[in-house]
Amino acid sequence: MKVGIPVEVVQEEQRVAATPKTVQRLIKQGFEVFIQKGAGSKANFTDEDFTNSGASILATANEVYQNSDIVLKVLAPTESEIDMMHEGLVTLSYLWPAQNPELLKKLSSKKVNAIAMDSIPRISRAQKMDVLSSMANIAGYRAVIESANYFGRFLNGQITAAGKVDPAKVLVIGAGVAGLAAIGTANSLGAIVRAFDTRKEVAEQIQSMGAKFLTVEIEEDGATASGYSKVMSQAFIDAEMALFKEQAAEVDIIITTAQIPGREAPKLILADHVAAMKPGSIIVDLAASSGGNCVFTKNNEIITTENGVIIIGKLNQLPSQASQLYGNNLCHLLDDMGKAENFKIDMNDDVVKRAMVTFDGEIHWPPEPLPVSPKKEVAAVVIEDKKEKTAKSIALSMAIKLGVIGAFLFLIGQVAPAEFMGHFTVFVLAIFVGWQVIWNVSHSLHTPLMAVTNAISGIIIIGGLLQVTDNISDPITIIAFIAVLVASINIVGGFLVTHRMLKMFRK
Amino acid sequence: MITAQIQTAAYLFAAILFILSLGGLSSQESAKRGVFYGIIGMAIAIISTVFGGDVHGQVYIIVAIAIASLIGITVARKVEMTSMPQLVAILHSFVGLAAVLVGFGSYLDPKTQSLIGSEHTIHLIEVVLGVFIGAVTFTGSIIAWGKLEGKITAKALAYKGRHLVNIILLLISIYLGVLFAAAPGTEGLIYLLVIAGISAFIGVMLVMAIGGADMPVVISMLNSYSGWAAAAAGFMLGNNLLIITGALVGSSGAILSIIMCEAMNRSFLSVIFGGFGNGPKGEATAMVGEVTSTSHQEVADLLKDANNVVIVPGYGMAVAKAQYPVHDLVEILQKQGKVVRFGIHPVAGRLPGHMNVLLAEANVPYDIVMEMDEINTDMTKTDVVMVIGANDIVNPGAEEDKSSPIYGMPVIQVWNAKKVIVMKRSMAVGYAGVENPLFYKENADMLYGDAKESVDKINTLLKS
Repeated sequence: MKVGIPVEVVQEEQRVAATPKTVQRLIKQGFEVFIQKGAGSKANFTDEDFTNSGASILATANEVYQNSDIVLKVLAPTESEIDMMHEGLVTLSYLWPAQNPELLKKLSSKKVNAIAMDSIPRISRAQKMDVLSSMANIAGYRAVIESANYFGRFLNGQITAAGKVDPAKVLVIGAGVAGLAAIGTANSLGAIVRAFDTRKEVAEQIQSMGAKFLTVEIEEDGATASGYSKVMSQAFIDAEMALFKEQAAEVDIIITTAQIPGREAPKLILADHVAAMKPGSIIVDLAASSGGNCVFTKNNEIITTENGVIIIGKLNQLPSQASQLYGNNLCHLLDDMGKAENFKIDMNDDVVKRAMVTFDGEIHWPPEPLPVSPKKEVAAVVIEDKKEKTAKSIALSMAIKLGVIGAFLFLIGQVAPAEFMGHFTVFVLAIFVGWQVIWNVSHSLHTPLMAVTNAISGIIIIGGLLQVTDNISDPITIIAFIAVLVASINIVGGFLVTHRMLKMFRK
Repeated sequence: MITAQIQTAAYLFAAILFILSLGGLSSQESAKRGVFYGIIGMAIAIISTVFGGDVHGQVYIIVAIAIASLIGITVARKVEMTSMPQLVAILHSFVGLAAVLVGFGSYLDPKTQSLIGSEHTIHLIEVVLGVFIGAVTFTGSIIAWGKLEGKITAKALAYKGRHLVNIILLLISIYLGVLFAAAPGTEGLIYLLVIAGISAFIGVMLVMAIGGADMPVVISMLNSYSGWAAAAAGFMLGNNLLIITGALVGSSGAILSIIMCEAMNRSFLSVIFGGFGNGPKGEATAMVGEVTSTSHQEVADLLKDANNVVIVPGYGMAVAKAQYPVHDLVEILQKQGKVVRFGIHPVAGRLPGHMNVLLAEANVPYDIVMEMDEINTDMTKTDVVMVIGANDIVNPGAEEDKSSPIYGMPVIQVWNAKKVIVMKRSMAVGYAGVENPLFYKENADMLYGDAKESVDKINTLLKS
């Protein structure tokens, strides 16, 4: 099997679908790798790097397409590229099938088997192939770095001899992979981070990354079975807008990541929000390519508004890092499809059948839905009721128990001789002492506890000691002798083994 | 010669030392001191008794203690940490046996015959109680030992109507006890022997009916019984030290039983009176997905990429004696700058705290050994969980599947981690006899084989 990697024809695209490292992996999987001359130059990979990793360099794109069974690309192929493809070729690239129906038609008419890397279903098994996640992770990181670059102050708070510096406040809207990466990065740079998402279930993830979860007072969950969020009701949007306005006046940096698959990005930052922001504040719009979350965003541009707010609609792609992760995602997919030896397009496979948008001249789009987060049953809210009940019933059962115990003690007192009552007192008090002491014993020391209680219960030896007489032929003495013997084994063995165990515990 | 007053004072002092000894076990630092308190207390108790007024035959006593010390030292030195449960079980049986013997001795003692009226009756009741509890402890512990040692099948032996049989036997014992208390002189000896026989039988049946997975509860319970047996002997002999110590040990065992039962979400009574088999509440959920197996190389690669690793050991680690290679694994991973911790389920192993002892034996520092609740909150941040020879304690069915017999039992939520490696000998079910949906989860891979060999192989791969 031959894998080819052509130069990305779109000028702005800096990534490449393979790096020297992923080439090594592909070769390990049994593939032969061809790379077009200069394919990695924008991502700082030289042709020499690739040949050192075992790839062969071809001069033109045409040669790459002719020679390959599988072509790895980043962006969707252009018309001129499709012309070079032959029947039965497998391509792996971004395709955005929902937005590009024409492209699918062309690919299928050429009988190209195209895999849309952006349509890999978001299930656990496919996480390692999920390019949207791996790229979003980079975008989230970069969004914070980029905004810090344009922001005129520190991100972290400091108290210096020259005065106190307040930390910057960052608002992240949308806590998908990009949002979470942005939260983590901003947090580690020392900023105060807040985050908003319509899906309540991500609150925990947001908090785990170090941000405060902002929410509106309306009960509505934006989570859908696909893992993306849905379009919310008007009342919710109004509340959301009010929250953003309040936040906009307060925060220094807003990073928006809200995207709904196959649609234009929702407009979340409106003119009056921007107007409310302080001069020098930054908005980074990660949804710029699909229309932007901010009304002023211009794709691939950085603009400054009249009131001095900088809106960033383009980000450096970190081409070297991005290519590496993207390339890894492709390797994982090829690995899953059987490597070179058993390479097979299995249309029954959950991942392949959804991502393979054209196969054997037919278009497979849109795919059947596949839920990612299994629905949890909503627990009924009857706990409080129970609590009240239990408080009452505890008091009642306590009273009954104490009554029974009292009556029992009274009865014993009636019949038992004085000496017995003395012993009985000691007995009951000892139980209580033991009860209090033992609960404090650390869980990890339960085995030593058993061994030591075992040794101590050898105290029964005293019973034997008291019964031994000078006459060994006396049956009582024989019995007592055996009792002393076994009890002593217990004492010696128990203490010794406990000691041995405890010696082993070390910090 | 030690007077009775001094003896009482010595007993009181010994009792205090015993309490301090148990209290010392609240932390690792003070635990060693605790053992010394116990030893000193025991020495004081024995010496003050032997040199007390009414003890004779010191020679025999010294001989007995000398022989016993030899046996005790050899056993305690030789025993492997993996067979601690067996040792504890057999030691319990000794206490039970001693209690039975002391009971008989006390009955035959001429001093007993001189008692009259209610004092005599109460004394005989104490003897019956002491012998009864002692005999149950004795045979029960031997059966427990046999089960742990593998000499007796670990499966729960339950026949229909065994509760009824036990109750009838108990009633017979009570009836015989009444006859015994009424018999003049030593004529009741025959009744006492029969009672001892019946209670020995009850001890056997009780423990036979309990399955292997419930062994931690059984051991704790027998521990408790041995305490009560000592306390009963204390009543017989009118000895406060025996009463106090017996009560301490008795409540200690009871608490352990409660902790173990809570950890398995079972009521104490249901464990004692018969293990599983009360029937699941519905059809068992069919397993979905497939079991994927992995190789040592893949596990090693996975560990190389991971930052946060949690190891969940179970009885399988003890059986394979894998604690040493596991310790090496931890060191290798720590040297590579990874965070490695252990998650210990309260009932992992066959003895409360069994895993902690094994890990300590292999020199694993105890501050990276976490309890279930501590580790569960961190599961989502964990890259790789290695489950070594554990099954039921990581069964998601306990939380998800209402029809599962272990539903409601708290478990270590390993499936929340990014990746789970389950090291197992085969696909066999755990002691609870329940299918484990964990193996069918997408983020779980199986690594079959002997735990020790597997960990060794992974270690070599990690070092290369």
